[in-house]
Amino acid sequence: MPNRHGGRRVVVTGIGVIAPGGIGTKQYWDLLCAGRTATRTISLFDASPFRSRVAAEADFDAVASGLSRRQIRTWDRTTQFAVVAAREALADSGVLGELDPYRTGVMVGTACGMTQSLDSEYAVVSDEGKKWLVDEAHASPYLYDYFAPSSMAAELAWLVEAQGPVGVVSTGCTSGIDVLGHAADLIAEGAADVLVSGASDAAISPITVACFDAIRATTPRNDDPGTASRPFDRTRNGFALGEGAAIFVLEEYGHARRRGAHVYAEIAGHATRANAFSMTGLRSDGRELAEAITTALDRARVRPGDIDYINAHGSSTKQNDLHETMAYKHSLGAHAYTTPISSIKSMIGHSLGAICSLEVAASVLAIEQSVIPPTANLHEPDPDCDLDYVPLTAREQRSDVVLSVASGFGGFQSAIVLTAPDRAAA
Amino acid sequence: MTAPVVTGLGVLSPNGSGVDDFWAATLAGHSGVAPLTRFDASGYPSGIGGEVKDFDAAELLPGRLLPQTDHMTRLALVTAEQCLADADLDPRELPDFAVGVVTAASAGGMEFGQRELEALWGRGGAYVSAYQAFAWFYPVNTGQISIRHGMRGASSAIVTEQAGGLDAVAKARRHIDHGTPHMVAGGVDSALCPWGWLCMSRSGRVSTSTDPNRAYLPFDVEASGYVPGEGGALLVLEDPRAADRRGAPKRYGSVLGYASTFDPRPGSGREPGLRRAVELALDQAELAPGDVDVVFADASGVPELDRQEALALAAVFGTRGVPVTAPKTMTGRLLAGGASLDLAAALLALRDQVVPPTVNITHPAHGELIDLVTDQPRELPLTHALVLARGLGGFNSAMVLCQGED
Amino acid sequence: MSGFGIKELVDVLRASAGEEEDVNLEGDILDVDFESLGYDSLALSNTVRWIERDLGIALPDEAIDVGSTPRGLLDEVTRAVARVA
Repeated sequence: MPNRHGGRRVVVTGIGVIAPGGIGTKQYWDLLCAGRTATRTISLFDASPFRSRVAAEADFDAVASGLSRRQIRTWDRTTQFAVVAAREALADSGVLGELDPYRTGVMVGTACGMTQSLDSEYAVVSDEGKKWLVDEAHASPYLYDYFAPSSMAAELAWLVEAQGPVGVVSTGCTSGIDVLGHAADLIAEGAADVLVSGASDAAISPITVACFDAIRATTPRNDDPGTASRPFDRTRNGFALGEGAAIFVLEEYGHARRRGAHVYAEIAGHATRANAFSMTGLRSDGRELAEAITTALDRARVRPGDIDYINAHGSSTKQNDLHETMAYKHSLGAHAYTTPISSIKSMIGHSLGAICSLEVAASVLAIEQSVIPPTANLHEPDPDCDLDYVPLTAREQRSDVVLSVASGFGGFQSAIVLTAPDRAAA
Repeated sequence: MTAPVVTGLGVLSPNGSGVDDFWAATLAGHSGVAPLTRFDASGYPSGIGGEVKDFDAAELLPGRLLPQTDHMTRLALVTAEQCLADADLDPRELPDFAVGVVTAASAGGMEFGQRELEALWGRGGAYVSAYQAFAWFYPVNTGQISIRHGMRGASSAIVTEQAGGLDAVAKARRHIDHGTPHMVAGGVDSALCPWGWLCMSRSGRVSTSTDPNRAYLPFDVEASGYVPGEGGALLVLEDPRAADRRGAPKRYGSVLGYASTFDPRPGSGREPGLRRAVELALDQAELAPGDVDVVFADASGVPELDRQEALALAAVFGTRGVPVTAPKTMTGRLLAGGASLDLAAALLALRDQVVPPTVNITHPAHGELIDLVTDQPRELPLTHALVLARGLGGFNSAMVLCQGED
Repeated sequence: MSGFGIKELVDVLRASAGEEEDVNLEGDILDVDFESLGYDSLALSNTVRWIERDLGIALPDEAIDVGSTPRGLLDEVTRAVARVA
């Protein structure tokens, strides 16, 4: 059966993950199901001068992950994450060797690109801010790759030998949904049969920490880093910065079926809207997010009552969690109160653009494994956040339809609907 | 896919601000490429650029927006205002969610970022602006345009180095197809600050010539790289029925076809993807090569890339089979903004039935392959135009436009 | 005394967050809420940050409230200065 757009359906056949507390899909899923938190005191640099000194860092060993010395030396950590996650996804899907380069593309999302390298390279060329030096010997020869994050898409394209559509979708903290929507559209329209797509961010660096400090968006709960991220809890006071990547192999459904691929889920619908309100603030009624949810459900031909699980944005800021709760009530009506909702940011923090792809990975695995990961650290529910947020412990439950949502700087509001493969076959 | 119609243009270019000034300068062969004035470029490998002239942000934008915007975003906000006025479109008068925006970016707000990095490293984290959290991020122009004009429809941002100016318009076309009937799309970009300049010098593609008229010579035997510039163009694209319904006053042209491809890994020996991008875009437009009346080339200025492009054009259109031009020789390459400016130029060429020239070319390098329009504008009947854009790494995009409505 | 009054606050507002064309910051604005003066929470964040840095004080999250007024913010500053003293 054709979907509403372009007549071709898009399925997930491979997953690769780099996440705090879990390198690889299996470790990641184990962490989420156990309700363990990976937030800790920042170790990647000396964060002692900053207001928020907590983050969820990935225990990423580039050498053990199979990167060459040259790759480690020249690639930003964001690109390293993306490539290692893509390799896992490709191996998982078994699609390598069956790719037509002209019909294969790459779309990768990122909020911060190569910020970590730009930050450290700036320190080098300015003698740590003391004097701006223009000395060819001091500037990295790879500076342009850090300047333009499209370099990451190019690396992935070379890895896959993709010669179809390739690019970066960057919409701040909704990048990880929007890029998958963009990739799915390319397949649905017939511009490609296979897309390697997902998002990566590794921006735990001084400039990032400083700018979130400046708007008090990150949590100052430095004395208890393990419980710093508390989505929907009365005591939440900001998000915990994270890092990571999730990359998927997306295929046209017939292409996957013909080669006998394991199908995790279908990307059944997605939508994005803008709030036209503030670069960082949210309108309290959540109307734009509600509109994105309604449109995504419509495109997926799913009714609010069909949703089995909602993977929330749940960033643990005061305004987001209320905004999001309102958006569910507007878009789902009474079903908002009966549908389980959880935020994995409670465990792996907020990795900016990457997090939505990590959340889509969790959504897909929830369908595959019939488990809903919990919202950790939710001990004292905010009375205004009065929905079922699956506190503390995972719930065994079959999910055929999962909604994942995101809100981001710039005003972006996005939603994506994943459905079980047997639904896809129906 | 319905062919969206272009109903408004906004332009800020090194050789002219506003559609009329840009187009007059372009037909007259006036270049905006000159030694940089924005900062002291001595000590860098190159010092020639295309700066947007006489841009007074304080006069053109509300005071509240100044502390929170990079120069690039200020240029984009002014360009957006222009294109909406040209289209006589006020998003606030249309239904909720009816208008969206897609912009292309290359590196975000580098000048703003440099200042904040300087504050962080030189004085400490407490000196970093609250606006840094978004002022340098890639979709900042999309967000700021959306907020300023109340656009709540599907919106996005694309990064494909210098191909993005076409890719953003293609994404807007899809948003129209999916139910957001009015879109603002394109790219406006700048990284003309010491930090951006240093990064760009590392691309290996910036000309080190010190003569503004000899630094960017695509398809010339003396080609030695390119000159970075700033600015770009934004287009108002609409579902033709929605444009009719609201009584949009102008129809510059329609987007008939588009495709993007990626080159094989460097050194593979396989053919670059540009020819395929052209063929796929023509297929989508349901046109034959002979239907194309003019090509706005990517015109890299890097000899090997120019040769690839000339070969691809000769392969599709036959040798010297179609007039080819590169008015960007008058502006430099505007990062993510350049391809959008070429779309604007192509639409104006279709309107006025004249091909703008490629300037400064004295010794064409590929005269046996392509018919490059040099020195003077060429008047001829024009119905369809092809615009090409390539990005470092291997991005190729092609877009086919036609005059008026499809 | 911090020596930080309405004149100083207006200077910081202008420098850190800009100024709306149709608002007269020279007028009697002590009891006009920040939202009416054209400032959103982001602008106030930046303003509060400048004040904290310049005076070496720490202001609570409640100081970033667009429903508050210059008088309210100046009171917060006075209290914070007293805590430091």
